[in-house]
Order: sequence, then C-alpha cells, then structure tokens
Amino acid sequence: MSQDHDQKTITVSVRVWRQAQGEKGGRFVEYEVADTPLEASFLEMLDILNESLVEKGEDPIAFESDCREGICGTCCLVVDGLPHGPSQCTTCQLQMRNFEPEAKITIEPFSTGAFPVIKDLIVDRSSLDRVIQAGGYITVHSGPKPEPNSVPIEHEIMEDALDASACIGCGACVAACPNGSASLFTSAKIHHLALLPQGQPERNTRVKKMVEAMDDEGFGSCRNYAECQASCPKGISIKYIGRMNSDYIKATVLDTDRRGSMHAT
Amino acid sequence: MMIDFNSAIPSGPVEDKWSNHLEHVNLVGPRNRPSYDIIVVGTGLAGASAASSLAAQGYRVHVFIYHDTPRRAHSIAAQGGINACKNYREDGDSVHRLFYDTQKGGDFRSREANVYRLAQNSTAIIDQCVAQGVPFAREYGGMLANRSFGGVLVERTFYCRGQTGQQLLLGAYQSLQKEIDQGRVILHSRCEMLDLVKVEGRARGIIYRDMVSGEIRSAAGEAVVLATGGYGAAYFNSTNAINSNGTAIWRAHRRGAAFANPSFVQIHPTCIPVSGDYQSKLTLMSESLRNDGRVWVPRKKDETRKPGDIPESERYYYLEERYPTFGNLVPRDVASRAAKVVCDEGYGMGESGYSVFLDFRDAIKHQGQSTIAEKYGNLFNMYEEITGESPYQQPFRIYPAVHYCMGGLWVDYNLQTTIPGLYAIGEANFSDHGANRLGASSLMQCLADGYFILPQTIGDGLQPMFRDKVDTSHPEFAKTTAEVKDRINRVMSIQGDSTPLSIHKRLGKQLWNHCGMSRNASDLKGAIDQIDGLQSEFWNNLKITGSADDINPTLERAMRVADFLEIGSLMCRDALTRDESCGCHFREEHQNAEGEVLRNDGDFAHVAAWEWKDEDTQQVRHEEALEFDAIQPATRSYK
Repeated sequence: MSQDHDQKTITVSVRVWRQAQGEKGGRFVEYEVADTPLEASFLEMLDILNESLVEKGEDPIAFESDCREGICGTCCLVVDGLPHGPSQCTTCQLQMRNFEPEAKITIEPFSTGAFPVIKDLIVDRSSLDRVIQAGGYITVHSGPKPEPNSVPIEHEIMEDALDASACIGCGACVAACPNGSASLFTSAKIHHLALLPQGQPERNTRVKKMVEAMDDEGFGSCRNYAECQASCPKGISIKYIGRMNSDYIKATVLDTDRRGSMHAT
Repeated sequence: MMIDFNSAIPSGPVEDKWSNHLEHVNLVGPRNRPSYDIIVVGTGLAGASAASSLAAQGYRVHVFIYHDTPRRAHSIAAQGGINACKNYREDGDSVHRLFYDTQKGGDFRSREANVYRLAQNSTAIIDQCVAQGVPFAREYGGMLANRSFGGVLVERTFYCRGQTGQQLLLGAYQSLQKEIDQGRVILHSRCEMLDLVKVEGRARGIIYRDMVSGEIRSAAGEAVVLATGGYGAAYFNSTNAINSNGTAIWRAHRRGAAFANPSFVQIHPTCIPVSGDYQSKLTLMSESLRNDGRVWVPRKKDETRKPGDIPESERYYYLEERYPTFGNLVPRDVASRAAKVVCDEGYGMGESGYSVFLDFRDAIKHQGQSTIAEKYGNLFNMYEEITGESPYQQPFRIYPAVHYCMGGLWVDYNLQTTIPGLYAIGEANFSDHGANRLGASSLMQCLADGYFILPQTIGDGLQPMFRDKVDTSHPEFAKTTAEVKDRINRVMSIQGDSTPLSIHKRLGKQLWNHCGMSRNASDLKGAIDQIDGLQSEFWNNLKITGSADDINPTLERAMRVADFLEIGSLMCRDALTRDESCGCHFREEHQNAEGEVLRNDGDFAHVAAWEWKDEDTQQVRHEEALEFDAIQPATRSYK
C-alpha cells in the first residue's frame, strides 16, 4: 500500500516452482516482470509474464485459474509461503498494488501429500471430491417435494449454514496445515448439512463416512494449529471441526442396523 | 441433407402443453435404462443437475469437464438469485405473470411454449433445492425470503446472499458426487470435448483431449448432452470465466446442429469497468444491487468533485427519470444502453469517462449499514478487494460488460438439436430468453432443463435405439479422431509470430465495438472483413510453444480462439441480417424518437437458425416463425 500515487506500474521479480510432468522434483526459476500495471491482479501479472515467455518461444508457467472473481476455487498458489498469499482472499483476488516495488515474490504450488503436483503450479485436488462422494450430500430425486415453507428454519441457523457452505473447495486449508489435514473442508460440509432439518436422516452415516474417506485419502489429522482458518479465503471457522468431532464420536457409538444406517439404541 | 426444423411443440392451449406432452412422451423403463450410455459435457447448473437426475433414474452417465472438479463450472459465479413464481409475497405473482415478464423481457423473440414451461417448472426448482439443503435466505419467522430483479414488478427472487449460483451448484454437484460414488456416473475431469461423432446421422459420441497427457480419445453413447454454457468469451473481455468457450457447441454446429440467434448477447449493466489492456476478465456486480442502489451521473460534464460532494440537484438519476415505473430496476439491455448513452454524451466518470455511479448512500441512511451488509456484504467486499474503494463510503463505479448468450444451439421442445440424439441445455441452447434475458432467470432455466425437462424428454428419442449399440470401434470414431488430430497438428505446425492471446484480444475489440450494445450495417460489414483478416492471420502466423502431448494452455487457447473467430463472424452476419432492433440487438437504423428499440414484427418475428454447409460455403439462414397465442407482442415499455 506504500505506492506513490503517480506511479502506474511496478517491477517485481518472481521465483516460480517449475516441475515437468512425470518428474518427482522441480526447481525454482527466477523471472523479472517489468512494468506491471499497478491495477493488474496477481494472476494478470503472471499472464503478462507467460505471454512474454510464449513470445520468446519458452514454455509458459502452468497454473490454474478460472472465474477470477474469487468463487470457483480453481486458483491455488502459495505466495511467499502463504496459501493464496498475504491477504485473506483467493489468489485471483490478490492485487499488484499490495506489493512493494522491486518485491521478490516466491510462488509455489498447493502441494501436500494428498495434492500431488501435476505440472509446475498445478496440483491434483480430486481427493477433496472423494471426501464429498463419501457422504457430503442429501439424497433426493428430482420428483415432487414438500412445500419448503412447511418446515420453517430459523434465520440465524440458515445464516450459520451459509457461513459453512461458503467453502469454495480450494484446498488452502490443507496446504496451510502442517499436517496436511482436510478437517476444515470436511467439517464445513458436515456442519452445513447437520444444521438443516433436511440433513438429519443421513447425519450419522455422513460424518462417519466422510471422516473415514478423509483418512483414506491420506490427509493428516487435526492438531489445532488453526493455520487453516487463517488461510481460508472465505473465513470458515475452526469451530466446525469441533462439531465434526462430536458428531463423529456420537456416530461411532451408535449401533449399525442391518441396512448400514445408524439409529440410537 | 435438409435440416429438420420441427420444433415439436405439442398442440393445445399453452398452459396444457407440457402436461399433455408428458402424458404422451415415450419412456424408457427402469430395467432398460442402465443399458443406455449418456454423455454429458459440462457440469454447471444444467449439466450437473441433468447428469445427476439421469443417473438417479438409472441411466449410465459419462460426464466430461475441462475443470479439475465439477464444482468449478462458471454457474458458481452467479450472484443475485433465482426466480420462481411462488407468490410468497402475495404481490400478484403467478405462472402467467412470470411467463409474461419473460416474454416481454425477451422482447417477444422467444418461443411461447418453452417459456411457459419454464415458468411452470420454476416453483419445483425451489422445492428441489431446499430438499438438497441449499441454504436460501430465510426471514426471521423461518420462511423463505425474496427480493426483486430487473424488469418485473413482483418479488420472486430467492437468494443466498450474493452467492446463489454457488449454493445451487453445490446442491447439484453434491447430488452428482453421490451418483459418482454409486458408480452410475463416470467422471472424466480435465478432458475437453473437441468434436462430435455422428453415425448414420445420429450423435453417437464425442472426441476429447485429455488435457494432462494430450491424448486424443473418444467416448460413445446413445445420446450426447451439451451443457457447455455460452460463447460470450468471444469478446475476450467478459464476465465469463477464463476458460469458458464455445468449442463444444461450435463443433456440434459444424457437424450439423443449427445455431440460433448468435447475435443475441447480453451486456450486463453493472460490472467493474475496464482499466487496461492487460485485464483478463471483467467482474460482475450483481443486479440485485439495483434493488437498493441508485444509478446516476453528474449533470455537469467533466465533473471533478468527489461523488459525495455533488449535491442532490446536480445528480442525474437517469434511469429513475427516464423510466419512472421500473426506475433502477429496468431490464439489463435497457440499463446498459442508457449507461452507454450518458457516457457517450460525456457524463461518464473515471479516467476513461466510461463508468457511472451505483450509489448506496440513501439505502444505508434508511436501512442502516448492517442491513445492507447482510444483503450484499460479499459483493461490497469483492468490489473493495478489486478496486481498493469501499462502496460503504463512496458509490460503486460500474459499466456494462458482456455477460450471457441468449443465442445458442437450436433445440426443439424436447431440447434436442437438429442432430438426432444431440441435446443442448442451459445457456448452450437458445430457447427461453429471446433477445434479452431477465436477471435471475438463467439459474432457473439451467435447473428446469437439468432437473425436470431433459430427464423426462430424453427417453422419447432413446426408445427406438434399444440395444442398438455403437462403440468407439466404429469407423466414424477413427475418422473423426483423425480429423481432430490433423487440426491440432495444423495449429502446432504454423510456427508464426502471433500468440493466440493477441488474436483473441483483437477479435474481442471488433465484437465489442461493432457487435455490442449498438450496431449498424456498415460497422458490422467492416467487422466481418476484419475478422476474416484475423482468421487468415491465425491460420498463417500463429505462435504456439510447447508440445501437444503435455499440459499446454497456449494450445488450449488456440483451439478455442479458432472457434471464437468463426463464431464471431457468424454473430456479425446474424446481427447484419436481422434488420430490426429488439432487446439487446440495437440496430442504430431502427430506433424511435426517444432512442428506444424499434421492433419489426412483420419481417422478424422469427428465430434465425443458421445451418453449417462446409468449409467453403457460407452458412444458410433459416427462419422458425414464432407464434403468439397467449400474449400478443406489444411495444416493450418500462416507462
């Protein structure tokens, strides 16, 4: 924020993780990006760099982004050691005006055990999908449904559910966690569905299956570092992890009936 | 071969057509469904809802996406809400009212039967989404809350703060994930469809590129459903996502699917203005902001005072003055054009002179900052993150930007294109929004198509195919695969100097300047010539680095730009031949004394559907006459 108002551009140097497909390791490569407009976003700075690499006949840096308005969860860069960088937003919402002139910026992928690198800054986050597949849904068909207003839901409960379901599935929580835990991601979905009357029938099976899927995918366990909350671009709270743990314990002490779902004994 | 333009609209009064159709449509029995393979391309609201519903019915569904996960599709970015005529406010809403608003909003250029069906299905969407756990805003008594959108006089929009698209998509995505877990949906992520395979005139599969290995592969099925969204990214600068593209529908068009009303593109009035050439996308600020925000420019040209210092009497609330009945909530085409007019006249703000104010000063004064924050908080924050200015302190600065395509693949009442077995749903088809879409109606259309319409109509076309399997060993698959590989080799081997990005930007400028908010014959002809020039530059002087057997974003963009160039050219030709004004399509030659659009129902009350001939012959324009039984077209006024 210390930019001189008359200054319209900024020159930065970036150290970028480059890793070819199929290789186990990679290396940092340094590039200078001269005269980037201050109004540009961080990813637009990388676009400018990539366009210059293509013009020179070099292989551009592979990184992912899509909506570029902070909602799709595709972009996933570790900037100067922090998932999504220094501001609490997605990488695509980082702005160059927030960097000092002559800044040296290090860019790495969201790499952890459960997110293997595919190429350069692109990682495979399909493990998060498989956690949802295990139970992060309410089973319904497309046929007629009851009138929604026949089941009133308190305003505050709905707001709480919406806070939890604001998760964009970017995986910053996993990348930030020293243990590579997906507890924040998983608990946000569990909390969202457990708050609602519609989510009750599958509540116990859901938490059990999702927590087990999380372990199966190689995510680490939660040790309350709270780095996940600090890096979450949507401000998801770690209080949901507590809810997940208590629901999980309840679910494991309940009996399983012959169809596999659980009821209190 | 002649194209079959039978729209298959059932007979009878408009309100009975859908129920009559359902009573007579051919069905596939539950035991037989698992033997049908259905290919769905795209997992936005339309694709994810269709794939999960078809799978839940028992069909075997193969889903293809270029994203890493189905939840990334650009429906996720829809902000403001979804319409449904629940009439919870008892303010005069009904199926007929929603139907009427949509027909009028589209300036009477859409098909009555389809629009009526959309209105009929709207309420079930809310029921479906609530059952899935979508957290729609609730009032303090626990009932669902509503707000209002442009072009209507009722409150029928359901919302989840400013992230309605995200929450609806997560509902559909979660249902899809369940079907993946059950094995009824097979997901192919990071795979981009590059062509359609036809066998004996019927769609039987797709050719796709594995974007990680670069391998060209194919998949076969008894039906192919395209849910790949619109082609608005042809303009380069748009509110679309970086990867949104028109390749799937364009390749289908080149295989025989008619393309309808390509020039009908919505330019959304409230977006963060362009700030420079480097800019990769434009960010939308939800239309819902116009519920409480007031749009204005200073009455004085070259105003230098800060907006807060400009007294009430020197502010020109041009929408409220010109359109007293609808005020700030006029439809998008009207609001966009009005913004362009005041900026062209020299009243615009900002360095470029191309932005207007959207002001919450009065709303904050009357309702309090916390109420405004609850309604729009994430939009205010998003704006501040991007621009560094807080809309709580000073007005938003906004300008129109390309947002949505009303045009798309021509479909019949069953949502089938002119290629039997090929369906198009959501923004990819043309059917429901005419020449202008009303806010909060795209989510409604996507989910109506995906949850309720396609799952009930697809069986009609599958019935005669029972056990008539074709697999990828059929020679047509090898032939189409070879054509796709040739095309990629051709693109890779040019080795010239122009990057795909630079050509894309120049195409975008042509379209924005000449096929945007205001069009005329001579500019359109000029744009067609310029785009021809860009096409020849593309095929003779393109530069791509890297290899086709690796992750290669430059190659991906090149393949999409090649198709955008052809789409752009057709958009201009469509705009040129539609020699009238209607909705978004404002031909300067056809306006009334007040500068409003002048429709010509005598000559243009039809859908223009373009048929691909071959590489060397221009597309042929066909007309599907629009019939108006329930509502007679009238001059569209919001005054």
